[in-house]
Amino acid sequence: MSAATTEGLILDTVEIRRGTETLLALSACIAPGETLSVMGPSGSGKSTLLACVAGFLAPPFSATGRIGLDGADLTALPAAVRRIGLLFQDPLLFPHLTAGGNVRFALPAGTARRERTGLVRTALAEVGLAGFEDRDPATLSGGEQARVAIARVLAARPRALLLDEPFSKLDAAMKDQIRALVFTTAAERRLPVLLVTHDPADAEAAGGRIVRLA
Amino acid sequence: MLVRFAPALAIAVLIGPVLAGIAGVALPAFGYLPALGGHVVSLAPWQRLLAEPGLATSVALSLWTGLASTLIATAIALLFVAAWSDTRAFVWMRRVLSPLLSLPHAAAALGLAFLISPSGWIVRLLSPWATGLDRPPDLLIVHDPAGLAMIAALVAKEVPFLLLMALAALPQTDAGRLSRVATGFGYGGIAGFAYAVLPRLYPQLRLPIFAVIAFATSTVEVALVLGPTTPAPLAVRLVDWMGDADLTRRFSASAGALLQVAVTAAALLAWLALERLVAVIGRGAIASGHRLRRDGPLRVLAAGLALLCAVMIGAGLAGLTVWSLAGVWRFPDALPTRWSLSAWTEASSGTGALVITTVAIALLATAAATLLTLACLENESRQGRAPGTRVLSLLYLPIIVPQVSFLFGLQVLLLAVGVRPSLAAVAFAHLVFVLPYVLLSLGDSWRAQDPRYARVAAALGASEIRIFWRVRLPMLLPAVLTAAAVGFAVSVGLYLPTLLIGAGRLPTVTTEAIALAAGGSRGLIGVMAVWQMLLPLAAFSLALAIPALRARRFAAAWRIAA
Amino acid sequence: MTRFKVVAALLAALAVTGPALAADPDPQNWAAVEEEATGQTVYFHAWGGEPRINAYIGWVADQLKARHDVDLVHIKVTDTSGVVAQVLAEKTAGRDTGGSVDLVWINGENFAAMVRHDLLMRPGWAMVLPNWDYVDTDGKPTVLTDATLRIDGLESPWGMAQLVFLHDTETLPDPPRTLDALADSVEANPGRFTYPQPPDFLGTTFLKQLLLTYAPDRLALDRPVTDAAFETAAGPVFDWLDRVTPHLWRQGKAYPRSVSELRRLFADREIDLAFTFNPSDASAAIADGELPESVRPYLLEGGTIGNSHFVAIPYNANAKAGALVVANVLLSPEAQARKADPDVWGDPTVLDVAGLPDADRARFDALAEDPAILPPSAMRPTLREPDPSWTERLEAAWTARYGAR
Repeated sequence: MSAATTEGLILDTVEIRRGTETLLALSACIAPGETLSVMGPSGSGKSTLLACVAGFLAPPFSATGRIGLDGADLTALPAAVRRIGLLFQDPLLFPHLTAGGNVRFALPAGTARRERTGLVRTALAEVGLAGFEDRDPATLSGGEQARVAIARVLAARPRALLLDEPFSKLDAAMKDQIRALVFTTAAERRLPVLLVTHDPADAEAAGGRIVRLA
Repeated sequence: MLVRFAPALAIAVLIGPVLAGIAGVALPAFGYLPALGGHVVSLAPWQRLLAEPGLATSVALSLWTGLASTLIATAIALLFVAAWSDTRAFVWMRRVLSPLLSLPHAAAALGLAFLISPSGWIVRLLSPWATGLDRPPDLLIVHDPAGLAMIAALVAKEVPFLLLMALAALPQTDAGRLSRVATGFGYGGIAGFAYAVLPRLYPQLRLPIFAVIAFATSTVEVALVLGPTTPAPLAVRLVDWMGDADLTRRFSASAGALLQVAVTAAALLAWLALERLVAVIGRGAIASGHRLRRDGPLRVLAAGLALLCAVMIGAGLAGLTVWSLAGVWRFPDALPTRWSLSAWTEASSGTGALVITTVAIALLATAAATLLTLACLENESRQGRAPGTRVLSLLYLPIIVPQVSFLFGLQVLLLAVGVRPSLAAVAFAHLVFVLPYVLLSLGDSWRAQDPRYARVAAALGASEIRIFWRVRLPMLLPAVLTAAAVGFAVSVGLYLPTLLIGAGRLPTVTTEAIALAAGGSRGLIGVMAVWQMLLPLAAFSLALAIPALRARRFAAAWRIAA
Repeated sequence: MTRFKVVAALLAALAVTGPALAADPDPQNWAAVEEEATGQTVYFHAWGGEPRINAYIGWVADQLKARHDVDLVHIKVTDTSGVVAQVLAEKTAGRDTGGSVDLVWINGENFAAMVRHDLLMRPGWAMVLPNWDYVDTDGKPTVLTDATLRIDGLESPWGMAQLVFLHDTETLPDPPRTLDALADSVEANPGRFTYPQPPDFLGTTFLKQLLLTYAPDRLALDRPVTDAAFETAAGPVFDWLDRVTPHLWRQGKAYPRSVSELRRLFADREIDLAFTFNPSDASAAIADGELPESVRPYLLEGGTIGNSHFVAIPYNANAKAGALVVANVLLSPEAQARKADPDVWGDPTVLDVAGLPDADRARFDALAEDPAILPPSAMRPTLREPDPSWTERLEAAWTARYGAR
């Protein structure tokens, strides 16, 4: 299996170590529109796996193996050019920017100035927040903040999504809505999704393969 | 990638002058200073130093006033945090104490002296109706041989500093939850804090406390205004000897400068021993499981002492302000019988230039310190690791090595390499003292920032530079501005560096206040003290106003949208 | 120790760099001096603790700018010995030209220290200044001898000083007029007398007054001090101090640090008596509202110690020509008369007023009569300073005995 020839997100014999101790080893191929759920107790290295794929692995962790995306080898690239979207359990909206400003921050650098306002409006409308451009993130509900975070991550036109327990802080009713929103959008846009979670319901909703870490 | 070199540059700026200055006194301390005929290495300077009358008393005073004031200030600050954090009173007290942090020691000491001296405001307010006095009583309150007045001023001035440093460190200790857990087990609020939070909080307070010990064991300005004089603490005698008309005394003064380093080091070691002792006692107390639930009186005491600090300094400064407006004010009148603006108008011709020099030096030093600090912290964030505590301790060298000890040597060295007294040279000397405080103030908030914000931004395609300008800096703007204001206040309050490196040619409001304290009227001292208050206060107000302005714009935009 | 030597050698190597000595201005050729001074900035290091003196120096600066195009910058210092230290630090660093001090207000042991370490501009220049002709060398011999050192023109006289006591005529109409009477009065009224802590200038001056009063052999004080001479002369001084110290303000456990703090204690009525080294202090402090109008100056029977104060030019001054012009202007009848005016400063002149040209004499005659200035009838003899070696010895002995217990 070669990282350079296949569509989707490829983890080719990725092995993550803390110091000299091996934390986890994984090979996987996530096709466009497919979701791979990684489950495991806390401390099993789920989040470290996401940091590795996104390009944030920092000492004392180190990794071997290769990561490929749509035929390109990402292993040596810095995070900023990998075009992999990241959602955490907290929405992590920039508090000094408006909801619209957060989305605008994510627009690719080449986007023409004239188009930006329109793109921001559309992105917010797509997550059900039409007209929220000028809202202060601090005045939004938890569900609304999660939606802005989704709009923001999509506005960067990612080629894959990494989800780090993204629904764990939402209440039950909201959880289903946001889950549906994320997975439908990812399927529509044919994005490979790597989800780490300890909640079986998340993995079930994702509908894809499940890998369990010890 | 210039930020990569920032830590090395910062360390050079901080350590270079200290080491050079120490070398500059170490040579004459062993007899070598050719211009004075000292060509041979000898121990004569030490013999002469040890023969100074009352040297042991001076050393003991430096140790006693330094350690006692630090201990009391630390106790009050921690007790107050333990008793009142998470309450509305805390927020209020923080607002009252914060401005005191920015006040130069000299102004605080002058204010306190005026308040508590036998001819001071307290006695005036009570006389003659309560005391029956029509002239000041002959009481040894100020300049008392035990240094109690000096300790009081140092405590009042350092409590706000330690309190704010504790506040900066608290969020990282998860204090709220930990102490709630402890109270859940039935412990009193203070005991819960002491057992659950303090062990995590204290390591972050250690460097600020060391800075306090170093300052308190070697202060010149506070000791001059309030300290004992028969004899004075070591640092004051050093300055006297270094300025003595008998120039050969400079050799033994240099030896004294090294002795001062040893005295401060001894105080730090004594503190470390005390830490151990408290830790042992503390572990015993935790193991005993006493709940100490009835801590009400202790809470009141904590609030009372903290408030007393604020009130003493506040009232003293109010008194100096009144003096600056007094025409005739005789004992025991509670207020001047004739008011006059003459202290303000007499000083006015020179005051403008003084204020401009003060502000220019402070702005230069603060701007340089803030840039360097940001570069260091940004480099740290990019490298993904914080410097070890050992490197951090090095950064605090200039505030832990006594100023008097290395500034004299530094002065000789700067002259040797041909640096003329100039605004830039003084600003550089200030940078050495300002940078540690800016680092101290900003480092914690910077490191406390959630690193996931930067990851989210990077994953969205933002470059490191864009992340700095658009994410980290704006999110930390209030902290950056506060740190800059702290730096500005430190610079305004610096006395010895301004005087020695500026060769007296660049007087600031602080050097002028002390020049006047040696000769001028209380009115002019009042004018200078008011300026010493106003300048840092203006800096802090700006630091608060700029983010608030941004927030208001934000709110307005939202209202329009909504 | 070898490491010290290495570092020392490095420092010394740094220290020898610097341009060769430029030719000094020659005061004999005054026109050339004035020409060279044009456009120069003169940094005048002078005690800055007295607003009235600062204002007077400001006036001198205005005159210099208008008439000679010289910029006079007053560097306000707290202690003149710090200036000596600064010039010394420059000499240590090898900065033999372009020094930061152009002119310094100085006298006594600070002058002696600068002479001893060869820190003054040579050869002597003061007696060649055009305005030297007006100086009263006969009536005021202290303008030629500073603390028993012959001045030889290394400093130029600026003003006169004498130890003067102050009392409030309403609360203490009949003050002690001898030191014996003072000791009795201190014993009878504990806590109401003190003196600035030596080595403060005024505190040391008070000790010298005691020495001049009680030393059995006045002539011994003119010679450098020896152990035996000190024992003999200072014994009675310390007897006097031992007697009064327990009854001093704060039982002698604390002392004021300066003349102004002493005056402040007097103004607050913490103490009954004050003294100063400037005869017109009382007048000025009354005008400022600091002291009540009932305060009057007086001298001790048998006279009090007095001296002159001077300006000197360091050997490495950057603007020597400008400094010479300033020194000459300070000696001019116009500047001296203004300085003597109690409303301005009130510092007695060093000039021979009687010998001045009519127009200049009129400036002095016009000075207002002030009840807080000593009338001629109250004048007492001026006592000469002892040799400067006595000063240091006296200060050290005082510190060991009372200042560091």
